[in-house]
Amino acid sequence: MTRQEMNVIVEQGVRSSVENVCGTMLGCSVEVGETRQIGHPLQESDGVVALIGMAGQWVGTGALTCKPDLACRLAGALLMDTFDTVNEEVLDAVAELTNMVIGNLKTVIEEHVGPMGLSTPTTIYGASFTTKIGGSQEWTLIPVRVCDGDLLVQVCMVPNEQGRGSLNRLDVVGHMVTRN
Amino acid sequence: MPIDVLVVDDSAAIRKILQRVLAQTELPLGKILEAGDGFEAIERLTANNIGLVLTDINMPNMDGIELLKKIRENPQWKSIPVVMITTEGSQQKVLEAVDLGAAGYVRKPFTADQIKEKLLGLV
Repeated sequence: MTRQEMNVIVEQGVRSSVENVCGTMLGCSVEVGETRQIGHPLQESDGVVALIGMAGQWVGTGALTCKPDLACRLAGALLMDTFDTVNEEVLDAVAELTNMVIGNLKTVIEEHVGPMGLSTPTTIYGASFTTKIGGSQEWTLIPVRVCDGDLLVQVCMVPNEQGRGSLNRLDVVGHMVTRN
Repeated sequence: MPIDVLVVDDSAAIRKILQRVLAQTELPLGKILEAGDGFEAIERLTANNIGLVLTDINMPNMDGIELLKKIRENPQWKSIPVVMITTEGSQQKVLEAVDLGAAGYVRKPFTADQIKEKLLGLV
């Protein structure tokens, strides 16, 4: 399978996964925007980022990024509660949404490349920080309009050349976070 | 007689959602206990008279498949129905859980009706 073919699977998988997860668990309207590919992203953020790794014949990372106010609304919709500030419950809710979105994407990818492992999600919250993605892989960016806010889904998948068949290699695509 | 339920998931959000869903089912349920991984679940099972377990699969320390094995190996617990509630959708994991005696399987995301329907035959 080529990276271009994988990018198509990722795009379609994220679309169906986001619509399924948001429609079922959040009960709010979802609008998936135009997908674009970028290489070597260096992204400034001032909100919540949740990251999760996948590993098998292909390895990669999925990330959900949003502003604090949307993170609070997403958590509120998921937990049927109200949140004014980003706290542990909000971060846990965003992590679980990421787990469901990327977990459902993983199931789609597995139909093409066989079994894959999924890491537990990591969430990062800060007022001003930069996420730098290690390496020079191409990322698929899928903007989503949900709960009156902008959510960005980012996925990078690369062939696992060094550890074919291993479900444990999560280090091919890495992340580095620095304070601005 | 109401039965006590153990909800096992490393996500506090999912545990909170399941608490709410279970409270709304109108099934004869007693206490709803929580655990964050398989090891905590074993502690709850040891200390309480649990009649139903809902567990995630992908968890740190001890995952849901390993927990299911431990429950099936223990003479006191082996008849407790265990329902897997997880994002894990691979056939391999589903078959493994079924082979180990899982009473049901619900994929995340889920609706309250899906959970209730799965539990109707077990409670």
